[in-house]
Amino acid sequence: MSGKAISGAEIIINSLVDLGVEVIFGYPGGAVLPLYDALYDQDKIRHILVRHEQAAVHAAEGYARSTGKVGVVLVTSGPGATNAVTGLTDAMLDSIPVICITGQVPVHLIGSDAFQEADTVGITRHCTKHNYLVRDVDKLSRTMHEAFYVATSGRPGPVVIDVPKDVQIYTSDHVHSGTIKHASYRPEVKGDINAIREAVKLLAGAKKPVFYTGGGVINSGPAAAQLLREMVQLTGAPITSTLMGLGAYPASDKQFLGMLGMHGTYEANNAMHDCDVMICVGARFDDRVTGRLDAFSPNSKKIHIDIDRSSINKTVRVDVPIVGDVAHVLEDMLKLWKATTLENGRQSYDDWWAEIEVWRQRDCLKYTPQDDVIMPQYALERLQELTKDKDVYFTTEVGQHQMWAAQYLKFDQPNRWMTSGGLGTMGYGFPAAVGVQIAHPDALVIDVAGEASIQMNIQEIGTAIQYGLPVKIFILNNEYMGMVRQWQELNHGGRYSQSYSESLPDFVALAKAYGGHGIVVEKPDEVDGAIREMIETDGLVIVDCRVAKLANCFPMVPSGAAHNEMILPEEDEENQEYEGGAALV
Amino acid sequence: MHHTHKEIELAVRHTLSIIVDNEAGVLARVIGLFSGRGYNIEHLTVAPVDLEGNESRITVVTIGTPHVIEQIKAQLDRLVPVHRVGDLTECGPHVERELALIKVHCKGEQQLAALRIAEAFRAKTVDSSLDSYIFEVTGKTDKIKAFIKLMDDVGLVEAVRTGVAALSRGAEAL
Repeated sequence: MSGKAISGAEIIINSLVDLGVEVIFGYPGGAVLPLYDALYDQDKIRHILVRHEQAAVHAAEGYARSTGKVGVVLVTSGPGATNAVTGLTDAMLDSIPVICITGQVPVHLIGSDAFQEADTVGITRHCTKHNYLVRDVDKLSRTMHEAFYVATSGRPGPVVIDVPKDVQIYTSDHVHSGTIKHASYRPEVKGDINAIREAVKLLAGAKKPVFYTGGGVINSGPAAAQLLREMVQLTGAPITSTLMGLGAYPASDKQFLGMLGMHGTYEANNAMHDCDVMICVGARFDDRVTGRLDAFSPNSKKIHIDIDRSSINKTVRVDVPIVGDVAHVLEDMLKLWKATTLENGRQSYDDWWAEIEVWRQRDCLKYTPQDDVIMPQYALERLQELTKDKDVYFTTEVGQHQMWAAQYLKFDQPNRWMTSGGLGTMGYGFPAAVGVQIAHPDALVIDVAGEASIQMNIQEIGTAIQYGLPVKIFILNNEYMGMVRQWQELNHGGRYSQSYSESLPDFVALAKAYGGHGIVVEKPDEVDGAIREMIETDGLVIVDCRVAKLANCFPMVPSGAAHNEMILPEEDEENQEYEGGAALV
Repeated sequence: MHHTHKEIELAVRHTLSIIVDNEAGVLARVIGLFSGRGYNIEHLTVAPVDLEGNESRITVVTIGTPHVIEQIKAQLDRLVPVHRVGDLTECGPHVERELALIKVHCKGEQQLAALRIAEAFRAKTVDSSLDSYIFEVTGKTDKIKAFIKLMDDVGLVEAVRTGVAALSRGAEAL
């Protein structure tokens, strides 16, 4: 609280520097002009100019999820803020730490329906972890630090700081330093040791245990993923992961059963259904995971580790709740497990693994490759094979391609897989890839997309070109909003209402128009060449991969079915004619 | 609702006390949580309670199954400006009161009836004209309801209620 008085805009920039921020994603406008003016004079923070505010938030999410740092966004008032709402909601649902600074009309105009005025804190109250309207420049520095603390601690999430234009101009000498001690917000990280002891006891007595892990492991940090590996390998138990948790445990390890849930593997869902002890680590019993609730894993004792108390017993009642940070809890759990099993040993899982092996033999991700049409699964298998030795990050849009990517790409490390899980936001993947590439300039960053999703934020090609980001967009183009079409086929008698992608652009010409490179690939034997060309080409590349139009994503737990009632691929193929006219390009 | 608990859970009435920072938008956060997640609000009162005016106390009477009540408390607890959430219904005996103002329009015999009922309910007459009264009555929700019902027969014009304010019995604070 001393020193020279500086403007609110400078306070914001200085706070960002103090908090270790190197990059912000934003778009200027009237109500943030003082902030943009302050950015002009400094070189500590790099500003990435997006083409749409929604993309700024997704880019910040990609940046955050691939680094473990917080993603920072700067947008103007009114439409700038409302455009950011989808991204904020996405970050909320997937627990991604994001700070979004929004401009606001000057304090004396608030409430007068001024030009580009929106009630930003009102609108974003439900889609942020917390938000602030800063009316007093003296409180700005403290608020910035507090917002970072809230966004990054406990269960992470997006925080909005709404700053009226005059507050950016007024000066103050109030500068916050040091750590934040919040009066009411104090998340617990250590789990209750008695509950952990009970969990270890339950686990040691289990004959058919399964680890069910989620995005919380990744949010907890690399130490959590390391401890999870140790714990799972020490116990010898099978492990499955949610969409958000992929990479926390190596997909190539034999104890990994693949993803669970609506498009999860046969072995993962059956193991979840038939287990006697379930250890849920940083996952939240989402409806895409549980299927019909009253048939979800009916005979198991359930242990739930979650940093958010409200996630526990929300939909599925658990027997041993442990509120705490995954890494902290797993550390304690490992110690107790070692001590317990040293004394009493543990049950043999041989019979359990034999059961699982039978499910594995079903080979639920098998598909029938075609000679003249590219199966989407084949394209992803090749993408996996040809990128596996690279420093590679994948993002996705939302739909069939996303689920296939989750099934066929293999992640052995955390923070390498960025996807919109909770909100299911089409248009997430490409701007997220921009954010990832900014954080990892030399890495191979690939957005696995659909031809429909990619068009939802395709304007960001401009951003990628401007900053020389060599993002690769790999479009599985089936000319349908594939997942919508699949549901219409399964649930609406094949009445494909509005799900055909009419008037598609020439993606090769589109890439070229922006200054990138485009590749179209139509035959299976051209796939490897196209992928190699994509990898070897400097700069932005779009691969327009024309795939079988009517392929379905299986296994699938139909909505409302129990999680062990899966439609498997071969059962479907009996009713499908991939070689028939409609399936051919 | 739950695989291991097939019994039907009955909705029950709970009185919750929530201590919050007295800052702009805090009430909107709390009631927005109730509306956004489909929880009930039967009564709601809010006012600053400490001398400096830094903290407010919100009393919410809600109805839900035990599972929903647990969720409400957990969800409230994770709001950043919420200091404490207390469940008075769960924490043992507590005192609940609300205040109501009731305006009646009546003449002749009905005036006497109104005054007699008011006396029986220990209501105060806080306004009167030749053909109307405003009564102030405090008590539990049931008593207020009973009073309004009786006044309806006499000539109820309008009524206003503060909603429930509640504290646990004994020396302990929330």
